[in-house]
Amino acid sequence: MLDIISILPQQLVFGLALGAVYGLIALGYTMVYGVLTMINFAHGEVFMIGAYIGWAVLTFLIGQQVGALHPVWVLPMLLIPAMLLCGGLGVIIERVAYRPLYARGASRLGPLITAVGASIVLQNATMLTQGARMKVYATHLLFPSSWRFSLFGVSISALTIVILLVSTLLMLGLSVLIQRTSLGRSIRAVAEDRETASLMGIDVGRTISLTFFLGSALGGAAGVLIGLYYTQIDFMMGYSAGLKAFTAAVLGGIGNIRGAMLGGLLLGIIESGASTLINPAFKDVVAFAALILALVFKPEGLFGERDADKEKI
Amino acid sequence: MIERFTRYSPALILGAAVFAPLLAPNDYVVGVLARICLYALLALGLNIVVGFAGLLDLGFVAFYGIGSYVYAFLASPHFGLHLPFALAMLIVTLSAAVSGVLIGAPTLRLRGDYLAIVTLGFGEITYICLVNLDRPINITGGPNGLISIDPPSFFGAVIDRNIEYYYLFLVVLGAVVLASFRLRDSRIGWQWQAIREDEIAASAMGVDTTRAKLQAFAIGAAIAGFAGGLLASWQRSVFPDNFLLQESINVLAMIILGGIGNVLGVILGAAVMVALPEMFRELALYRLLAFGAILMLVMILRPQGLLSHAGLPRLRNRTMSR
Repeated sequence: MLDIISILPQQLVFGLALGAVYGLIALGYTMVYGVLTMINFAHGEVFMIGAYIGWAVLTFLIGQQVGALHPVWVLPMLLIPAMLLCGGLGVIIERVAYRPLYARGASRLGPLITAVGASIVLQNATMLTQGARMKVYATHLLFPSSWRFSLFGVSISALTIVILLVSTLLMLGLSVLIQRTSLGRSIRAVAEDRETASLMGIDVGRTISLTFFLGSALGGAAGVLIGLYYTQIDFMMGYSAGLKAFTAAVLGGIGNIRGAMLGGLLLGIIESGASTLINPAFKDVVAFAALILALVFKPEGLFGERDADKEKI
Repeated sequence: MIERFTRYSPALILGAAVFAPLLAPNDYVVGVLARICLYALLALGLNIVVGFAGLLDLGFVAFYGIGSYVYAFLASPHFGLHLPFALAMLIVTLSAAVSGVLIGAPTLRLRGDYLAIVTLGFGEITYICLVNLDRPINITGGPNGLISIDPPSFFGAVIDRNIEYYYLFLVVLGAVVLASFRLRDSRIGWQWQAIREDEIAASAMGVDTTRAKLQAFAIGAAIAGFAGGLLASWQRSVFPDNFLLQESINVLAMIILGGIGNVLGVILGAAVMVALPEMFRELALYRLLAFGAILMLVMILRPQGLLSHAGLPRLRNRTMSR
């Protein structure tokens, strides 16, 4: 028992780092849901491809022998291409798989199936081009394992701090973009009421594309961070991470940006707590059970507005 | 001409289904045909929940898994029980129906998408439990599953060839098809369709929506459980990986592809979803890629599914018009 109490704070730190990344992915689900009231099931695959792009750049840099790899310049080199390419991929997915359906006013189940189709295509395209074996991130060249400090007996690595920092910055950036810029205002308007927004002169199609771009870019960044953290990536990684992030989005109240971040952190903590206190094998059971309980007793999500339709983003 | 075809199509399909295995070139094809029947059964169960009542259930495969494992508990050396096939299947069906009610009762008041998520979570929980409940007491056999499950037997006649399984599944499928048509045109079927079209209006018209939804859930789960029992008795073994989320999505894809709510369309969807990857076997590694692309294409070009409601004029007249 004493053992458990002494490793719990350590687990909480892992949980926070993981939760921050879940929050980043959850933002993609929540923004798309806010704008289209649709679950973008292919989002997990965008995250996976982000991890592969980061891996490709890192491997290329190592191959070039460009002096010492210092995270200050290498990290942006990994994040920026991953975010741009994943953002573009998100826009393409929306154009190809979703727009033809919702433009015709088809049922809500249609986009779900095209999303499944898109997931299968992306997974298999990655497997065929990159091989089925897992890829290894050379994280130790970037963040040597000696870069860590101790706080109240809890060992915190530099990478953990970086993950928390990067995700917080990205989330804050998104917040500012949504709340303070005209682009953000058009996203909020489309989420509120698509038809009225278009009457007010907002280009709805472009706004939806922008929403997919932003959400997918954050998903791509999350892929790089998870790659660095776990050091191993494979083409199936999008499935479970996507499911978790989606849980986080719902836990925080889907359609609600602040909720997605808090939901992510909460899920990360619940998971790490459960794997310490109960059994690592059942951590997902606890996470999903928390989700079900939250939905049954507070369907609008823990941090959602009472009237879920009122404030979408 | 077309009307005449739609009227006689059930008879034509039945005729084709009865003779298909006799014309099959080898036993492997018979196995594929049997698998189509099994999946059609599963898809018809989900069709009652999603197609008739409009409740999006993403964890449907959990009931299939529960059915399989309950059959394995009752008819294998694992617990030393060897109940007769009919009795075991009865318990299987009942326990799946009960689990449907148990998961449905607290969650069915949630709105559409939330219900989808809760059922998704339930499916994942079931899968994880199947994988991990081998310690401290060995209940499910963990990742290795349960083996040497009893085959079906009727009055001492044991079924053990693919073609016999095929006809067993076909008989059950026929019964479920008939039941689906009867349910669709019954009082409860109308209630389901009213809920699907507009839940608030349905409840204003005096439909007890919670009860009707629970009935849909229980009946769908019972069919899935029955199909699970059949799977266990056919494979003679069960593994957790038979019941991944992927399987739920596959079954959902069958009914959406075929034409949601359309009984014959659902069967067609099951046939396409099982047979297509088999046909693409030559493409080897590219077969899933092609499958995903076709799934997208069909939905974009024909969002109402291969057979829509319009394909069956009778349905249109008997159900409430939109």
